[in-house]
Amino acid sequence: MSPSIHAVDLTKRFNSFTALDHLNLQVEGAKCVGFLGPNGAGKTTTLKMFTDLIFPTEGESFINGVSVQKDRKRALSVCGDLIETPEIYPSLTPREALEMSGALRGMRPEEIRSRTTTVLEEVKMGDWAGQKVGRFSKGMKQRVNLAAALLSDPEVVILDEPSTGLDPRGMAEVRAIVKGLKKENRLIFMSSHILSEVVDVCDEVALLDRGKLLFYDTLANVSQRLGTGSRTVEAEFASPVEDDALRASLSGLSQVVGWSRSSDRRITVELRGDLGGQATVVQRLASLPSGLVSFHQSRSALEEVYLREISVGDA
Amino acid sequence: MSGSSAGPIPASTPAPDGAIGRVPDTVGQALILSRYQLRDYLRSRRFLLMIAIVVALGAILTLVIAHFRPSGLLSSPNNFYGGIWGGGAAFLILFAGIIFGGDAIAGEFQNKTGYFLMGLPLRRVTVYAGKYLAVLLASIVSILLYLVVVLANGVAYFGWSAFSDPGQLLASFALALLYLLALMGFVFLFSSLFKTSLYAVLVVAVLFLIGFSILQSVIVSLTATEPWYLLSYVSGVISYPLTGVPEHVAHVRAAGVLATVYSPTYAEGIGVMLGYFFLTTIGGLFLFEREEFT
Ligand SMILES: Nc1ncnc2c1ncn2[C@@H]1O[C@H](COP(=O)(O)OP(=O)(O)OP(=O)(O)O)[C@@H](O)[C@H]1O
Ligand SMILES: [Mg+2]
Repeated sequence: MSPSIHAVDLTKRFNSFTALDHLNLQVEGAKCVGFLGPNGAGKTTTLKMFTDLIFPTEGESFINGVSVQKDRKRALSVCGDLIETPEIYPSLTPREALEMSGALRGMRPEEIRSRTTTVLEEVKMGDWAGQKVGRFSKGMKQRVNLAAALLSDPEVVILDEPSTGLDPRGMAEVRAIVKGLKKENRLIFMSSHILSEVVDVCDEVALLDRGKLLFYDTLANVSQRLGTGSRTVEAEFASPVEDDALRASLSGLSQVVGWSRSSDRRITVELRGDLGGQATVVQRLASLPSGLVSFHQSRSALEEVYLREISVGDA
Repeated sequence: MSGSSAGPIPASTPAPDGAIGRVPDTVGQALILSRYQLRDYLRSRRFLLMIAIVVALGAILTLVIAHFRPSGLLSSPNNFYGGIWGGGAAFLILFAGIIFGGDAIAGEFQNKTGYFLMGLPLRRVTVYAGKYLAVLLASIVSILLYLVVVLANGVAYFGWSAFSDPGQLLASFALALLYLLALMGFVFLFSSLFKTSLYAVLVVAVLFLIGFSILQSVIVSLTATEPWYLLSYVSGVISYPLTGVPEHVAHVRAAGVLATVYSPTYAEGIGVMLGYFFLTTIGGLFLFEREEFT
């Protein structure tokens, strides 16, 4: 049986405010799914209902076919999760906290010992394994929390913005860890605001806005979705570039929707159409005397789709 | 999908009751949880605070008795214990219950430690029971420390004959434990009711230190009935094995006024304490089962 998570009409209302509105989502198989959406979209609310921290107003959630609401113990027995920023009893050490988690999960003592060492090394907390958690910084605690979520080598991993509170290196490390987690028979469902992270590690994305699911699709299809829609590219020059020169250079190109300047050496061009059109633009800019030094797409396909879908929701 | 007759883990090994795959059953998990929780308590500053309270109370009693040497108290070991054990124990139990138990459930929400626990495959009752057990054990450690102080005093005045008749003291200790269970049920109920530790601690402290005694005197003076349903009232039975059972309803003349003084019977004391224990514990669990980690 392949790992799965399943939301059926999952709805959460706080008083009269609907934080999640009849979410129907079925994710099945070994893959990593990015759960995206603006602040307040309802991501954490959804993940909390998958881990029984809060209760649905309507609907139900399932992990590997087991209802989280009806049998949390069985449903969560295959699941490792990290929702928001939990705290560990302050006078325990990471090793003790993981020992407790492992014992509660029924892992054997020697298995707990070896896995604890492995996962603490993985989150770069090996040197702190015997220090009390109470004195740790927020980022250090979050690393231990991530280690705890991975301790039992779970089949389903649910993460809510796992790199929250981490320094840039920590974020890169978490990205590498999540990438390393991808393996046969593991489903990773992860909320994130860092689209580059999602592009890097995820196979599929689900986009949520104001409690409603906008789409759930593979990353490959998302790029397709963008199709011939507009995209923005950034060009940088060695020396300041004149407005007149630019205007002359880009005039008459139907693929150029518009352009703006972010500094005297940098411009942003909005393009539409296929890559052939884009190639012409590069040629034109490269022939300018200011000397083109770089030209790159400023947003990934995912970012473009994200912004487009969210702004459609705003209208 | 939703008809989940096929569980995620094949039950290859016969699992004990309530166990899922290799995940231990509820009782086993509660014991594991209480072990780590107790470790946290014993290392915490609040345990030092509790020890300080026990030591301070013990020191005051020791000094006062050494200084005044009250003859009634020193006439026999049981008189001695009756005088200093019962009341002190009830007082310390209140402190232990509040210090260890006040934030037991509220703290899981307020300090966000619940987010760590509740992501694990365990039932909510496991968390409740595990914490209850840990608070109980930490409190018992504190009370035992007080018992040691009391016994040390006993030995100082009576030599080894201080231990000649331990049955009465043991019975009193057992009643103190029953009071501890009931009080903790009460504390856990309020701890579950509020998601803020301070409220739970304040409400219990104010109720037991002031509220109930005011209520008790108001009830007695206005209705002239026995306040048998007040936990603080029935806790008086803790000393009975040592002091003997006083008259249930006594009429005493104090300052020219005839007053009625009620004392709980054993049956009332034990029954009401058990009742509080069950009702408040179940009530608190009922609330905790329904509370959300928002
Ligand atoms: N306990 C609560 N009471 C009332 N409203 C709540 C509560 N918890 C969440 N909400 C509301 O539900 C909505 C969804 O919140 P949620 O935390 O799920 O968003 P999110 O997608 O995780 O956002 P973020 O990216 O900022 O983490 C928000 O508008 C929030 O204000
Ligand atoms: Mg969130």
